[in-house]
Amino acid sequence: MNFPLFPAQASKVAEQTDYIYWGLLCLSAAVCLIVFVPMVYFLFKYRNGNPADRTPLELPEYKIEVAWTIVPTLIFMCFYVWGSRQYFLIERPPPDAMQINVIGKQWMWKIQHPEGNREINELHVPMGRDVKLMMTSEDVIHSFFLPAFRVKQDVVPGRYTTEWINADKIGTYHLFCSEYCGTSHSLMVGRIIVMSPADYTSWLAKGQPEPSLVQSGESLFRQLGCSGCHMGNSVIRAPPLEGVFGKPVPLNDRTVVQADEGYIRDSILFPAKQIVGGYTNDMPSFTGKVNEEQMLELIAYIKSLETQSPSPEVRP
Amino acid sequence: MKTTMPQTVTPEIPNPPQRLLSYFEDGGQTLGSWLLTTDHKRIGILYLYSILVFFVIAAIAAAMMRMELLTPAGDMVTSQTYNKLFTMHGTLMVWFFLIPSIPSVLGNFLVPLMLGARDLAFPKLNLLSWYLFNLGGLLALYAVAFGGVDTGWTFYEPYSSAFSNSHVVTMIAGVFVAGFSSILTGLNFIVSIHKLRAPGLTWFKLPLFLWSTYATSIILVLATPVLAMTLVLVATEKIWGLGIFDPKLGGDPVLFQHLFWFYSHPAVYVMILPGMGVISELITCFSRKPIFGYHFVAFSSVAIALIGFFVWGHHMFVSSQSVYAGLVFSLLSYLVAVPSAIKVFNWTMTLYRGRIHFDTPMLYALAFIGLFMVGGLTGLFLAALGFDVHVHGTYFVVAHFHYIMVGGMVTAFLGGLHYWWPKITGRLYPENLGRLAALIIFIGFNVTFLPQFVVGYLGMPRRYHAYAPEFQIFNVMSSAGASILGIGYLLPLIYLIWSLKNGKKAPPNPWKATGLEWQTPSPPPKQNFAQTPIVTQKPYQYSPEIEEELIHG
Repeated sequence: MNFPLFPAQASKVAEQTDYIYWGLLCLSAAVCLIVFVPMVYFLFKYRNGNPADRTPLELPEYKIEVAWTIVPTLIFMCFYVWGSRQYFLIERPPPDAMQINVIGKQWMWKIQHPEGNREINELHVPMGRDVKLMMTSEDVIHSFFLPAFRVKQDVVPGRYTTEWINADKIGTYHLFCSEYCGTSHSLMVGRIIVMSPADYTSWLAKGQPEPSLVQSGESLFRQLGCSGCHMGNSVIRAPPLEGVFGKPVPLNDRTVVQADEGYIRDSILFPAKQIVGGYTNDMPSFTGKVNEEQMLELIAYIKSLETQSPSPEVRP
Repeated sequence: MKTTMPQTVTPEIPNPPQRLLSYFEDGGQTLGSWLLTTDHKRIGILYLYSILVFFVIAAIAAAMMRMELLTPAGDMVTSQTYNKLFTMHGTLMVWFFLIPSIPSVLGNFLVPLMLGARDLAFPKLNLLSWYLFNLGGLLALYAVAFGGVDTGWTFYEPYSSAFSNSHVVTMIAGVFVAGFSSILTGLNFIVSIHKLRAPGLTWFKLPLFLWSTYATSIILVLATPVLAMTLVLVATEKIWGLGIFDPKLGGDPVLFQHLFWFYSHPAVYVMILPGMGVISELITCFSRKPIFGYHFVAFSSVAIALIGFFVWGHHMFVSSQSVYAGLVFSLLSYLVAVPSAIKVFNWTMTLYRGRIHFDTPMLYALAFIGLFMVGGLTGLFLAALGFDVHVHGTYFVVAHFHYIMVGGMVTAFLGGLHYWWPKITGRLYPENLGRLAALIIFIGFNVTFLPQFVVGYLGMPRRYHAYAPEFQIFNVMSSAGASILGIGYLLPLIYLIWSLKNGKKAPPNPWKATGLEWQTPSPPPKQNFAQTPIVTQKPYQYSPEIEEELIHG
């Protein structure tokens, strides 16, 4: 049996997180020394039967108490700031990261690459690139845990969460579900395979031909009849979708919402929830008609319209 | 020779009455005399029996899990069974052993004695608490015996309402009912400490055990109702399909986590504060010194209870809650660590220039400080946001909270049980066996849980029935340690029962301690004191200069 003490380190973030680990280990060692050395000495010296000076001392009790209240607090604050900075780094994906979608389901991980490649319980990523995972669940809460990257994020049904990595070592590493999700929770495991960019490109090519996510999304958009109202010269008045993604959308109730993945998803499933300013809600709900994978395809398509300008609207 | 000052003066009684019957003799030994008693001491004993049953069942579940985890493959029981085992272990240990352990057993027995009172403020309510506790326990056992529950003790949504086919509602009902027992006990303690203090016993003359019991009771009264409401909402969703937490019904599963941890994090302090109170009593008595920094130790308990209400979100750093919320919860989590550190420093300082006796309770107290330090320091790891992302939901967390709850609370419970055993039963326990057991428990505990920190840092998630092969060595160590720990826990069970008949008779104050509970016979008479004591001194007026033989030497 091996006796590993440190998990594999496959990213810069992992390295930085480990510095915190070492910092905290040093702090713990220091505190243990400060407490246990005097304690053991006192236990030995003042044990019953051992002659020692036991006359009570008048110590400046209040000053001592204040000192050992304030000093630990200040030290703790340093670690608080250190840990928080790392947290912000981990939690906020870089803006231009490539996106891969993850769908958790009892008890497997389904992965969608933007090029259309799909895999289960395996995630291939290129080394040296920021990779953002856009994640959701079909059923219960799961958690996407990549120990070699020191990252983890709960995958929650009904919303999108993100996680990002930038691998700096080629290799195969663990992928675990780390939020208890039912009977085969411990079998909801897989691998993340870090490849050189060239290998990644050829791996993608091997998985073709498949329509890309945007293409699948576009055909769904037509099949489901979305294009009938939201596109071009339709008669029914619906908000155009070109150039919407990522922008603020003013709503009927005078609030403004950011058009992110969650907003698009909610608008498809619960159209009455947030109505775009100046419109009435004539859209049926697509709950039960679109599964999580299709939803992500639709979002990819609507996202691809981000750069287009809205088509001229035809008002009846 | 000068001796340690007792905390009281006993008023001169003109015609000393005949020896009062002890609470064992007074009222007889019929079943009815126990089941219908309103004597806080007898109710304490009843609780001891109840929690022992739950402890043994939950420990058997742990033993089976440790056996399963000897090998990476899930080969001894099925996954479904394994999931039911850890759910059973968690729910029974948390709600039916740890939460009532020190408060309901030692607290029930000691609070009135330490106050110089005849009983708690509401003796009948106290008996009702015990019945509610057992009713809740029976429901939980019914759920376990007739199908089991597979949600984990946290009942996370939407798994527990929409996906689990096990006996979730019965288990929830059990926890719900037992919660009322917590609330009533907490209420009883608060009122008793306010209203029933003996003449002269001002707040700052209270033993620190009462300060920590008071802080604990505040949590029990304020937090438990939130758990009750949350569980009702889960049951409502499960039975009637009312959408509260399930996103398919328009609910929010993360809301459940907020509500659950709003109770369960303060509850973590219910599972450590009373232990801290016990340790303050033991350290002072066995180092023959007044506690260093009485006010700071007392107020740190209250500070922990109050700040503890605002740190629940540190269970949710990767749950998708806002990163800014994470910032606040991390800050408060660091702040709540400060009062715990203050306690440890004060205990250490109390030893300085003391006269230290290494009797069994003191060994447990020292073990507590060591184990609690590890638990507390690893809490700093988990409070560090960026590091928590990695170890959240792994064995690192499992090791951390076992260091606090088992290394801390159970060790303090055993220390307290040995310390007050002569008072409770009127018998002495065998000292050498006691010391041996304390040592075995300390070693066994560390062998069990230290490797879990490593395997958690390596990335082994908790609640895994099967795991990656490179984690095996740590699991084997852990399982080996658990068997040592099992022997360690079995020993006191055997010799304490043995001592009930065969132990030497205990004098009223075998440890020459100063607390009020020692100024009355062992075991105490039904009304506790022949005459209401009048308190004249601060607590812990020990004199280390005086050489005194304690009962065990």
